[in-house]
Amino acid sequence: MTRSAREVLEQEFLQVRAKTLEIAAFFDRLHAAEVSDIDHSQLDLLEQGCRILSDDKHDKAARVQLLFSRAYEADWREKFSL
Amino acid sequence: MYYVDPHIHMVSRTTDDYETLAKMGCVAMSEPAFWAGYDRGSVDGFRDYFRQLTETEPKRAAQFGIQHFTWLCINAKEAEDVQLSREVIAMIPEFLDCPNVLGIGEIGLNKNTKNEATVFLEHLELAVRTNQQILIHTPHLEDKFQGTRMILDMLVGDSRIDPSRVLVDHVEEHTIDLVLERGFWAGMTLYPISKCTPQRAADMIEKYGPERLMANSAGDWGPSKPTAIPDLILELRRRGHSEAAIGEVVYDNPVKFFSQSRRFDFIRPEQRNVRDQIELS
Ligand SMILES: [Zn+2]
Repeated sequence: MTRSAREVLEQEFLQVRAKTLEIAAFFDRLHAAEVSDIDHSQLDLLEQGCRILSDDKHDKAARVQLLFSRAYEADWREKFSL
Repeated sequence: MYYVDPHIHMVSRTTDDYETLAKMGCVAMSEPAFWAGYDRGSVDGFRDYFRQLTETEPKRAAQFGIQHFTWLCINAKEAEDVQLSREVIAMIPEFLDCPNVLGIGEIGLNKNTKNEATVFLEHLELAVRTNQQILIHTPHLEDKFQGTRMILDMLVGDSRIDPSRVLVDHVEEHTIDLVLERGFWAGMTLYPISKCTPQRAADMIEKYGPERLMANSAGDWGPSKPTAIPDLILELRRRGHSEAAIGEVVYDNPVKFFSQSRRFDFIRPEQRNVRDQIELS
C-alpha cells in the first residue's frame, strides 16, 4: 500500500458516498414498485451483500464475490466421467 | 509510458482505436481467438477468422507501429458443439507456424458444462503435443469461481503442463490467489460492467504484488474500453506507485511471459523504426 488509511478515505469519500446513495435509491425504487413478482433469492443475495459491507471482517470484495458464486464441487470430474 | 495489452479483441475495434492505442503508448498486443458475437456454422468460418487474426490484424496494427500477436482455438461458448470443436482443433495446426501466433487460447469454460470441459482437455492435448503456450478464459459472474477451480483441476492434473507457460485471464478478488499460488500467470480484465475496474485491479496489485500479474482491456463486442490500461496506469500513479513498479505490470510482465513463445519476435520501442514497420505492412 502506498497510501495511508486517512488518504484513502479523503480521496475516495465522495465516490463511495455516491455509490452508497445509488444502493439506497435502488432499494427505495424496488420497494416503491410491485414487490410481489420478484425473485426473492436475488433480493436475499443483495441484502446479504450489504451485510458483508458493514460487518467487522476483512476481505469484503472476495467475500461478496463468493456470495454471488455458484459452489464448486471437488468431484465434478467423476460426475462428468472425465 | 509504453505498455502491452495482453488480451484485446481487435477484430471488434475500429482502425481509429488502433490509432488511439498507439497514441496512448501501446506498443504491442495479443489477441486471443474468441466468440464473434454469433456462433459460427462451420470449420471454414474459423479458418477465415484465423486468417483475419494472422494476416489482417497484424497489418492494421503495424500502420500505427503496434506489434500484433495472436492465440488460436475454438472458444468455450462455441465449444458446446463438440463435433465442430474437434474439426477446428484438427485445423489449428495449419496456422501454428504463422509469425504472430503465440499459442493456444483463449480456451476455458463458459457455463462449466461437460462438453466445454471435454473440448478444453482436447485443446490441452494439442498444446502439449505442439509445445504451445496457453492463454485461458475463465467464466464470468456466478460461474467464475466454480469454472476457475475446474480449469485449475484440469491444468494441475496434467503433469506435462508447465504453469509458468500458462496465463489465466479474467481473475478477480476470489480467484486471483488460486491462480497465483499454483504458479500460473494471472491477468485482470478491466471492464466497465462485469469483471474488474482499474481501482479494484490496483487493489489486487497492492495486495499480491506485481509478480506474474498483468492487466488487459478485453476490448470485445460487449461494452468495453480498449484504453482501459492507461486508466489503470493513471490510477496507480494517483496512488503514488513508481513508474518502474507500474511498468512491471503493464509492460515487463507481458513481455516476459510472451518471450517463452518462440514466435514472440518483439522489438523494443527504443529499437524500433516505425516507418519500417509501416512499410513492411
Ligand atoms: Zn477475451
